[in-house]
Amino acid sequence: MGKPAVELVDVVKRFGDVVAVNDVSLKVEDGEFFSLLGPSGCGKTTSLRMIAGLETATEGDILLRGETMLGIPPFKRPVNTVFQNYALFPHLNVERNVSFGLEMKKIPKEEIETRVVEALEMVRMPDMAKRRPNQLSGGQQQRIALARALVNRPEVLLLDEPLGALDLKLRKAMQIELKQLQEQVGITFIYVTHDQEEALTMSDRIAVMHDGNVLQIGSPEEIYEQPINRFVAGFIGETNFLEGTVNQINGKTIDVSLDEHTIVKAHSNSSAHKGQKVGVAIRPEKISLASTGMIQGQILEIIYIGTDTRYIIRLKDDTSVTVREQNLNRIQSNKYQRGDEVGMNWDPAHALVLTE
Amino acid sequence: MTTQIPPQTRQTQIKLDYQAAEYTSFMDRLKQWLFNGYASLFYLFLYAPIFVLVLYSFNKSRFPTYWTGFTLEWYKILFNDHLIGSALKNTLIVSISSTIIATIIGTMVSVGIERYRFRAKSAVDGLLFMPIIIPDIAMAIMLVVFYNLIHMDLGLYTIIISHIAFNISFVAIIVRARMASLSSTMEEAASDLYANEWNAFWRVTFPLLIPGILGGALFAFTLSLDDYVITNFTSGPGSTTLPIRIIGMTRRNITPEINALSTMMLLTAMLLVPLSLWLQRREDMS
Repeated sequence: MGKPAVELVDVVKRFGDVVAVNDVSLKVEDGEFFSLLGPSGCGKTTSLRMIAGLETATEGDILLRGETMLGIPPFKRPVNTVFQNYALFPHLNVERNVSFGLEMKKIPKEEIETRVVEALEMVRMPDMAKRRPNQLSGGQQQRIALARALVNRPEVLLLDEPLGALDLKLRKAMQIELKQLQEQVGITFIYVTHDQEEALTMSDRIAVMHDGNVLQIGSPEEIYEQPINRFVAGFIGETNFLEGTVNQINGKTIDVSLDEHTIVKAHSNSSAHKGQKVGVAIRPEKISLASTGMIQGQILEIIYIGTDTRYIIRLKDDTSVTVREQNLNRIQSNKYQRGDEVGMNWDPAHALVLTE
Repeated sequence: MTTQIPPQTRQTQIKLDYQAAEYTSFMDRLKQWLFNGYASLFYLFLYAPIFVLVLYSFNKSRFPTYWTGFTLEWYKILFNDHLIGSALKNTLIVSISSTIIATIIGTMVSVGIERYRFRAKSAVDGLLFMPIIIPDIAMAIMLVVFYNLIHMDLGLYTIIISHIAFNISFVAIIVRARMASLSSTMEEAASDLYANEWNAFWRVTFPLLIPGILGGALFAFTLSLDDYVITNFTSGPGSTTLPIRIIGMTRRNITPEINALSTMMLLTAMLLVPLSLWLQRREDMS
């Protein structure tokens, strides 16, 4: 592995008094599918636009293959962007849209022609060359925007919520297609999204952003299984939080007492110490139901969703816990009834102690 | 449990519904009739004078009081009238040159205001509206005083400069509306695709602005074509334009020659309308 494809070093972006990006540092490796994930207003799009050169960083440095991009205008950067609303040029047909970057780079005409044909074939739109953007559906426009960027063979492709405007079914299909395309062309992708499922599906690594800060960078598994704080745990997937105090630390497990009578076991966390107020985070699918368990509660709601059944269970202190059980057997619906008292158990390795 | 309506009541109900429906349909027809009548009167009021004007351009009689027979005589006189010919030539010189120059300057102004931030931007913005707001007569006097001050002889040039002065604002406002509707991501996409500012403007921004620019130019051309007040003040010997000539002619006598001339101008305007509609459609398409 050589120099990282993209590196942000202590990047700050302020718009007047508003801090959009607050001291962000990250490295994107060559050929990686890297996602910036976070709720709207977290600074992910601003970060992307700074890499593209459409915004200037207030502080810090942005490097492309080890070379600083400070002061280099967007049209001289070896990156291309797929914009959120595609930003296809309405006055040019598909072919001219795709060839635009190559024409600007003064590539010979014959080469432009073959590369445009290749790019349109790559996004499976070979017959659309003469159409105008307004004659295409959203999904087709999306593909053309992708072809228009990829035809330039950029060092890095930046994608700003490219699937945001598509309906769910098409979006799912495009997610897989995009991922395959990225593996096929081997270009580094930096992908901005607020959809955690999308980020988990497609990315090699994810940076979770919130309020201008990068909270955690890791593979989808790391982000999902070992979120470092409550925000990440809550934003990625569904999580139950149990509030308590650290009672005892014994090797790999920590005992957390929720009240005088209830002690739950969780995976150890080096930053936790005895007597500290912490949250125990457990994913709904990691909890199993039994007649008795570490915690007890009453079933408030049973929701059948095909592959799984979800139970909403109310604890004594009124917090509710969601439990997800896979429907492995054909008939399972009458296992528990609403109002039943149930116990909940989990492998302590799957319960995380979060101090932040 | 469903409630059963006794058959008797049901029948009455149906009858009532029927009467009500008949009543509303009568009201609807009345409304429709009134509306049609009003619309017809409205269009009659708008177009009857024009119809009369055109009709009397073909009248044999000198006087627009009686219809004495069909003739093309007045058109023959019109086309052989050298004063009208030279006035038309002047008008076209003024309109075309002032339209071209005002369109270029107006487009540059609107691109500048929409895309760049600079000091006194709001002042420039406000000043841009002035020529639209100030009465023609005040603007005319201002311009004459100005030409006097710089010792410029009144003539075609002063008319052209004056027309440019008021046309810039109209062009700029129309182009700006178009510019504002274009999102800046178009230019961002261009610069992302290796286009420098020059190429981004000429390859992307300008083509997208064309409908607005042509619309603005057309508007400027029409304004320039029939301007009387400002032209009258800023014209000199030998620079008579068509509107000035026509008003001069009517001072003496309204002859069917003027009707014929007006008909010709009407025809020109009617050719311009589909052109502007066509431009608008192109605008909607993109």
